Amino acid sequence: MKPDPNLYDYWPYRDRPKIVWPGGRKLAFWIAPNIEFYEFDPPKNPKRPGWPRPAPDVVGYSQRDYGNRVGHWRLMEAMDRHGLKGSVSLNVAMCDHCPEIIEACVQRGWEFFSHGIYNTRYSYEMDEAQERAVLEDSIRTVEAATGQRIRGYLAPALTHTPRTLDLIAEYDFWYTCDLFQDDQPQPVKTKTGKLVSMPYSLEVNDVITYGALAMDPWRYADILKRQFDQLLEEGETSGTVMCIPLHAYLVSQPHRLRAFETALAYITGHTDEVWFTTAQEIAGFYRENCWDQTIADIAAKGCATGGTGFEGETA
Amino acid sequence: MTLPSEYLEYPRRGHGQDMDRHDWQLAKDRKPVRLANGKALAVMIVVNCEFHPINPANTPFRHPAGMVTPYPDLRHFTSRDYGNRVGVFRILDSLKSHGLKATFPVSAALLTRARPLIEAIVADGHEIAAAGLHGDAIHWSGLGPDEENRRVEAVRTAFGEAGLSPVTWMSPARQQSFATPDILTAHGFTRTLDWETDQVPVPLRTDSGPLTALPLHNELEDFKLMIERHQSEALWRDQVIEAKDFLLAESQTHGASVFGFTLTPFVTGQPFRIWALRELLAALAGDERVWCAGADEIAQAFGQIDP
Repeated sequence: MKPDPNLYDYWPYRDRPKIVWPGGRKLAFWIAPNIEFYEFDPPKNPKRPGWPRPAPDVVGYSQRDYGNRVGHWRLMEAMDRHGLKGSVSLNVAMCDHCPEIIEACVQRGWEFFSHGIYNTRYSYEMDEAQERAVLEDSIRTVEAATGQRIRGYLAPALTHTPRTLDLIAEYDFWYTCDLFQDDQPQPVKTKTGKLVSMPYSLEVNDVITYGALAMDPWRYADILKRQFDQLLEEGETSGTVMCIPLHAYLVSQPHRLRAFETALAYITGHTDEVWFTTAQEIAGFYRENCWDQTIADIAAKGCATGGTGFEGETA
Repeated sequence: MTLPSEYLEYPRRGHGQDMDRHDWQLAKDRKPVRLANGKALAVMIVVNCEFHPINPANTPFRHPAGMVTPYPDLRHFTSRDYGNRVGVFRILDSLKSHGLKATFPVSAALLTRARPLIEAIVADGHEIAAAGLHGDAIHWSGLGPDEENRRVEAVRTAFGEAGLSPVTWMSPARQQSFATPDILTAHGFTRTLDWETDQVPVPLRTDSGPLTALPLHNELEDFKLMIERHQSEALWRDQVIEAKDFLLAESQTHGASVFGFTLTPFVTGQPFRIWALRELLAALAGDERVWCAGADEIAQAFGQIDP
């Protein structure tokens, strides 16, 4: 184990080459509804319990069930009202448990990416064959349910092994949402492939704002507007990415959804400056148009360290 | 099981401190300081740039901003790294637009890893301070003086190789051992940000001359208020400005003082928080009684002259 996993090179936010998003837009905006399944009685992982309380954690389980039964539809309809598509962070077992929700997303033309099989099956301690099985299951399951080949990954419950990113790059994933080091995409140093770190966000993620930071609904709407304003202003210099990661069991609660919608109304009022898009489209554009200039800029500024992530730990 | 009888013996029970680093003095009995520049308040903005390893030892405790989940905690490693890559440049830009100078304690590990950041701090005219080897290299008495001495020597060497000779020291997590002040001055550090102690700089006695403790307010840390205590950006801004106004009012009877507060790049440097910093800095820059400067410059202005 090394202090720095060397997954990407240090790259100062000042004086970067200019990114201009399609249509001359300054900010690429995407929404990541997490569509998740937490098992009632998950198997034990040695590194982390499936639930904070002994199973069955009926309070936690049923709140997430509420999100699936009630919340997603509310959120989909709210996004419809503002003309926004989602890039779904999907526990792929949802294709089996709740296909009605998947079908509704397909009808809306939403993108899907893998967030593991279940949010209660962690990557910790998996061997390579097991991690490959999860990725192959993800690709196969989503393709069968939606016809889409997934191109993005967010490890289930943000649990990783040192080989996770190398593996997804090998399976021709285009982007990972697992890294939080920047407001712009950046090449990830994997052994093979062309993997982009996609700005997702913990800071404006409803799990953090409503859970860890205990915000009220109106303050959450306020910080979303401020996040947007700042990133739009900076996007003039070089294009930025803003993502709002959501969980229907949180944001679609009756005391919260209307406040959240004021933020969507504010953001979608900036159509000329903002590319309303999906993570896959951002990654595709970045790989074609920005990848090489980033590599060259990092090399020129002397921050490139060579090698790939977690070297020596992934054999 | 009972406690030994020495437990109720109090060998240092008497007037003043129970240690020898400095003497007891009430703030009200101090001779009021009049700064040569005529300012009533020296503001010490401390922008804390630490490297938090993904493989911490967490000995003797976990740094408050250290890793949280099982290895590899990409989530916290990259979120902290965001501060040193992106957030800190928002802070630098905000300081520059108001013409304010600050102190940047940086981990030795960042001198090579984030060299463009170090160059930007220097180019903008801020003071660079040493923040130990990295966030997980915590100083405490269990290290023993030899190991602690080796660590401080390694920090001094790393800064020297980067062409820097900082005099100000902030310990990782602001934790010290009983020997830290002696070891710091032996390696040329004459200022520390670890001891809050007073509203003015206080000289600490060490084996190699004085070490000036500059007051850095624990209770106004952005990380503590906005992350640990869930306060809003507006409340944080208001409290910093309130402290400034309070100290300015007090200066009319007590003389000039020092007001130190912390900016953590991965906290205050977030896009949705930077507006609060800009408003706070505008309030400082717009007050002609306020002087913002680096720790060493402030210590000198308060008569703490290097030996």
